[in-house]
Amino acid sequence: MATPKVCGIETEYGILLSGADVDPITASSLIVSAYKDSSWAFASFDASHESPSRDARGVNLDDYLDPVIDSKMINTVLSNGARYYVDHAHPEYSSPECATIRDAVLFDVAGEFILRESMNKANERLPQGVRIDLYKNNSDGKGNSYGCHENYLVDRQLPFEKLAAFITTHFVTRQVFCGSGKVGHETPTGVVDQSGFQISQRADFFEELVGLETTMKRPIVNTRDEPHCDPQKYRRLHVIVGDANMSQFATYLKLGSTALVLSMIEDGMFPQHLLIAHPVHAIKQISRDVSMSEQVLMADGSRMTALAVQSELCSAVRAYVETSAYCGMTHDEAHDVLINWEQTLRDLASQPSSLAKKIDWIAKMQLVGGTKKRHSLSDSDSRLKAIDLMYHSLDPKASLAAKLKLSHMFDDKTIAQAAQQPPDTTRAFFRGRVVDKWFDHIVNANWDSIVFDVANRPLQKVYMNEPLKGTRELTESIINLSTSVEELLALLGQQDLPSSTL
Amino acid sequence: MGERVYKQHEQDRQGTTDTESELQPNEHDPIKTDLDLILDQIDEVLEENAEEFVKSYVQKGGQ
Repeated sequence: MATPKVCGIETEYGILLSGADVDPITASSLIVSAYKDSSWAFASFDASHESPSRDARGVNLDDYLDPVIDSKMINTVLSNGARYYVDHAHPEYSSPECATIRDAVLFDVAGEFILRESMNKANERLPQGVRIDLYKNNSDGKGNSYGCHENYLVDRQLPFEKLAAFITTHFVTRQVFCGSGKVGHETPTGVVDQSGFQISQRADFFEELVGLETTMKRPIVNTRDEPHCDPQKYRRLHVIVGDANMSQFATYLKLGSTALVLSMIEDGMFPQHLLIAHPVHAIKQISRDVSMSEQVLMADGSRMTALAVQSELCSAVRAYVETSAYCGMTHDEAHDVLINWEQTLRDLASQPSSLAKKIDWIAKMQLVGGTKKRHSLSDSDSRLKAIDLMYHSLDPKASLAAKLKLSHMFDDKTIAQAAQQPPDTTRAFFRGRVVDKWFDHIVNANWDSIVFDVANRPLQKVYMNEPLKGTRELTESIINLSTSVEELLALLGQQDLPSSTL
Repeated sequence: MGERVYKQHEQDRQGTTDTESELQPNEHDPIKTDLDLILDQIDEVLEENAEEFVKSYVQKGGQ
């Protein structure tokens, strides 16, 4: 039976400091610390036990390389259960783990809210003429890319090779509805052509089919093996192939469809004729075909368009959901994902312009095409690339996505609340609430543990190996009843720490 | 039937020769007014230094 598809999104935001000569790491630190220094609660994040070099295929590059993450950088856990830090010269927000697709979208959007607040607060402090702008995108158009990574809980028993082989089909073709669009083409070595328009921000950067790297020779399927939970039961599929979406609807379809395809693979129902012959070539071929009419070569020698592959995949998921007792999410949520997925594929085939409020690449392409036509601009006019970048701005005055008023799933109040309060139905609830209530007693926190400093006792570590425990239902009354960390630990039955598990 | 053919002909006559214009909304599309307003706003903010902005947008060191 499928594993519950607990999921989340981690996003590196583009950062541009104008009016002064400051390196991006310092600028990113200004952003994160502006939020830290506000009145909102936070605790330090402990990255010392992370192992981004552990490979799902059984190799650990930590034995050969320095750790990728510098734990001395600004690194925090927020009261909504998210991690907020500086990573690779970008401010990065990792949403709390969520048990529903809807929550995962909400807490991704809450990340935009947090970054916008940070940007506003940082800019208040900067001297006149100096400002920082943030962008939720994945490419600078000059051969540099930065990630929007999804994470999905999957069954450890599923052989990774099988998982990688099957999910590739979805990763290569799903861009028709979750691509964010890009003016121009580029390569990771910096060869740049500013003309033309393509569906995906990221497709240009994928050079391998399967691999561990995330900053060079990027693979379509990433093998990083950091479950951040019980490693005997679970794997956390770390997905680096996606674009950052401004459209909440596109994020919903991206997460929902991927979660359901993963569950279908776990339950042995993936339609095995839907394998693509040359995925690294096909992902670029599909991205560069905005007419969505080109056919890619399948492993069985046939040729199919990305839309045809998606239609068959979606039909297979429909059949899987209707014949399965459990599909990694509730049937209500699965049906909602399916209805929207099916309708979107129909609209893409018949009238793509009808999706201009829902699908980022179509929305952006209308703006680029409209401006180009209005002023008879050449393909390589800088104004077209400027529109591409401004689409993703977090500044409401500059953001073209905001001006378009894309269809949205959440009102402002719900988003602001999610920036401060954790989701109810995962261990993020416990993490967020104790950070909020006892941040001054927390030495550090991680995805799967929290270390408390309790008077006259050794440091007390609470383990959280099960993503679906630590929920509101299981821990809210304990947290509310406790007037001190000592009481909290006593009520949790944690006196014999660190052997207990929440 | 005749009316449907006529409408199709009218749409063809407006010209949809390349893919980008196929993705532009037609005259009866309710979002066309919105799009025009946004294009107006883009014209206002797409200042003469678009080239400088694009040039300055450099993002090294990402995953």
